[in-house]
Amino acid sequence: MAMSLAFHIIFAAMGVGMPLLMALAEGLFLRTKNPVYLDLCHRWAKGTAILFAVGAVSGTVLSFELGLLWPKFMAGAGAIIGMPFSFEGFAFFTEAIFLGVFLYGWNRVPPLAHWLAGVMVAVSGMASAVFVVTANAWMNAPAGFKFAGGTFTDIDPVAAMLNRASFHEAHHMVLAALVATSFMVAAVHAFLLLRDPASAFHRAALGLALGLAGVSLPLQFLSGDASARTDAILQPAKLAAMEAHFRTETQAPLLVGGIPDPQTMTTRGALSIPAGLSFLAAHDTKAKVTGLEDFPRDLWPNVRVVHWAFDLMVGSALVMLAVLVWLGALRLRHGRPLENKTALRALVAVGPLGFVALESGWVVTEVGRQPWIIYGVMRTSEAVTPMRGLIVPFSVFTLVYVVLAIIVAVLLRQQFLEPHA
Amino acid sequence: MLELIIAIVILLSLIIYALLGGADFGGGMWSLLAFGPRARQQRDAIADALAPIWEANHVWLILIIVLLFTGFPPAFAGMMTALNIPMMAMLLGIVLRGSMFIFRQYDLKEGAVRRRWNTIFGVASFLTPFFQGLTLGALATGQIRIEQGRVLTGFFAGWLTPFALACGVFALGLFAFLAATYLTLDTRDNPVLQNDFRLRALASGLALAPIAWIVFVTSKEGAPAMYHGLTRWWAPVLLAWTSVCALVALAALWRRRFRLARVAAIGQVTFILAGWALAQYPNLITPDVTVGNAAAPERTLRLLIMALGFGALVLLPSLGYLFYLFKGRAKRAV
Repeated sequence: MAMSLAFHIIFAAMGVGMPLLMALAEGLFLRTKNPVYLDLCHRWAKGTAILFAVGAVSGTVLSFELGLLWPKFMAGAGAIIGMPFSFEGFAFFTEAIFLGVFLYGWNRVPPLAHWLAGVMVAVSGMASAVFVVTANAWMNAPAGFKFAGGTFTDIDPVAAMLNRASFHEAHHMVLAALVATSFMVAAVHAFLLLRDPASAFHRAALGLALGLAGVSLPLQFLSGDASARTDAILQPAKLAAMEAHFRTETQAPLLVGGIPDPQTMTTRGALSIPAGLSFLAAHDTKAKVTGLEDFPRDLWPNVRVVHWAFDLMVGSALVMLAVLVWLGALRLRHGRPLENKTALRALVAVGPLGFVALESGWVVTEVGRQPWIIYGVMRTSEAVTPMRGLIVPFSVFTLVYVVLAIIVAVLLRQQFLEPHA
Repeated sequence: MLELIIAIVILLSLIIYALLGGADFGGGMWSLLAFGPRARQQRDAIADALAPIWEANHVWLILIIVLLFTGFPPAFAGMMTALNIPMMAMLLGIVLRGSMFIFRQYDLKEGAVRRRWNTIFGVASFLTPFFQGLTLGALATGQIRIEQGRVLTGFFAGWLTPFALACGVFALGLFAFLAATYLTLDTRDNPVLQNDFRLRALASGLALAPIAWIVFVTSKEGAPAMYHGLTRWWAPVLLAWTSVCALVALAALWRRRFRLARVAAIGQVTFILAGWALAQYPNLITPDVTVGNAAAPERTLRLLIMALGFGALVLLPSLGYLFYLFKGRAKRAV
């Protein structure tokens, strides 16, 4: 399941970001009549089609796996969180329909209608991401039911959907998808621009991708800050694990890196920022932050994994921000940052970091919730299927996904290396 | 009452999925089976017919699953546990079918590589509906026993029976027939190709009769509750309608009345699934899990129905637009 999700999340994120870029490109073409944007839109649309198809089938696998792997979780939770999944289904439906219109309707619908179809794809892609994340948020901040004696009663799906983590997880995820996609796309075009410095095509592509990155990345820092403060209230154990914070204290320091040791409850070799954590968790350097010592040891998540994943996520985001700031500074100084080969190389280098941040952020939220599948209500071990030999389907699907990923990469490469008209 | 509405919506979605998504699988089968001097043209015609709509058609399956686990959570949990193995096989088929089709469409290299995508696409198009039919059949066998949410009969009950296997083969035949019938309309600009698909539709339509008979015969032993259902008073009526549709479809294909053939084929599939649902009712997993005892709390059901209504407002016009654009009478404006 985790492997399926890790695979799906990449395609799903591209499924949120790519249609937006594609619709932006067509919108620019309609306004400027510059054929470069139309060419760009065509190529991005092809990429989107490939990614969407793989995202769609891997998403189908997930909807089944919920039951195949976690039957007891679904038996209890289905009625509670089925709501966002139903909405997600509809959003996904809309996305599939309008993607069909967009991809195959170039000669069948008027330009404006065609562009609107692209906008619909982008909007419904985002909407479905929001709905799915809502269901995940519910696992983190369960609401809308009473749990007694192994059964769920007084179920209120609306309250479950509007749980206290939904909003933060939703904007964090959508922004993460946009950041990851825009940096990846920017890297591809930066790479191609290095090979072919005169290309107006890649220049336009980079401009758009960097524009999106420039908007979404700074917003993501605000969103992350809000999420951290929510976590401090809702899941103190997760926050403590993220920061490798063992002892409850005021003016808690922020630890960066290092090797957390759950036995001795210390973290070796970390860079310590005095009172940093208190500030992050409550915007107050004197605030008290609950440490892991306040929780029974069997309720601890894996501290090392969560802490490192968290630092990896924040680190990746900071590196990406640095590159963006640098490009911005170059632009202010002489207006043509894309002439600078070193800057382009840097863009290529940080391209995958958006996805690194996305995946590690997801590790933080999932591993950080352990041992719970529904925080404070049901343990993961209580929900798993009685089926044995799960290693067989797991290996088969892993192998299939790896092969698919390679083929997708090869095909995408083909699309972009095809000579321009 | 509310749970009945959800059950009916699930059934309708299942019928639509069979009519649209099922035909896409059938297209994949014919793509694999294409032979003779026009094999290449046949494959291309199939791919052109599928390309704009197959993603949307596929989503009906996701809708069914979501409705099932929201509306009938214990039934979903039970099916996914007891039928874990065939479900996994079906999923593998879905992943391969979808991705291989898109690879086939977007791979710029001609020749061997593309043929390889097409082959896997075709094989997966056989695999998936076979396991879908088998799964539906297994639910009716009565061999999967569930007590208090616990599956008692392990992971092999039901789906390895002759009845379930016959259901799998029947699904294959049905989808192949549907696809060939639809394709006669998609190829109306090319009479030679159209005739190829006409002959395929006739062959698969005729082959359905003995398969249906095997399903019926094996149900006596293999799915007694269903057999009993199929011998109730309404059964002859439904059976008559199904047969009329089947005969009209075959006759229309023979006389090259392709529009009529499509309508009759759609009617045939609808009656078959409706009859199956009536014979199965009220069981979801015969005999322990029923529409009544597996339903989610009323509040969830009411909200789900509201969500469905709202979703339908957005969805149905959009779907109509999609099919009008790509399958309507309108001549291509290339």
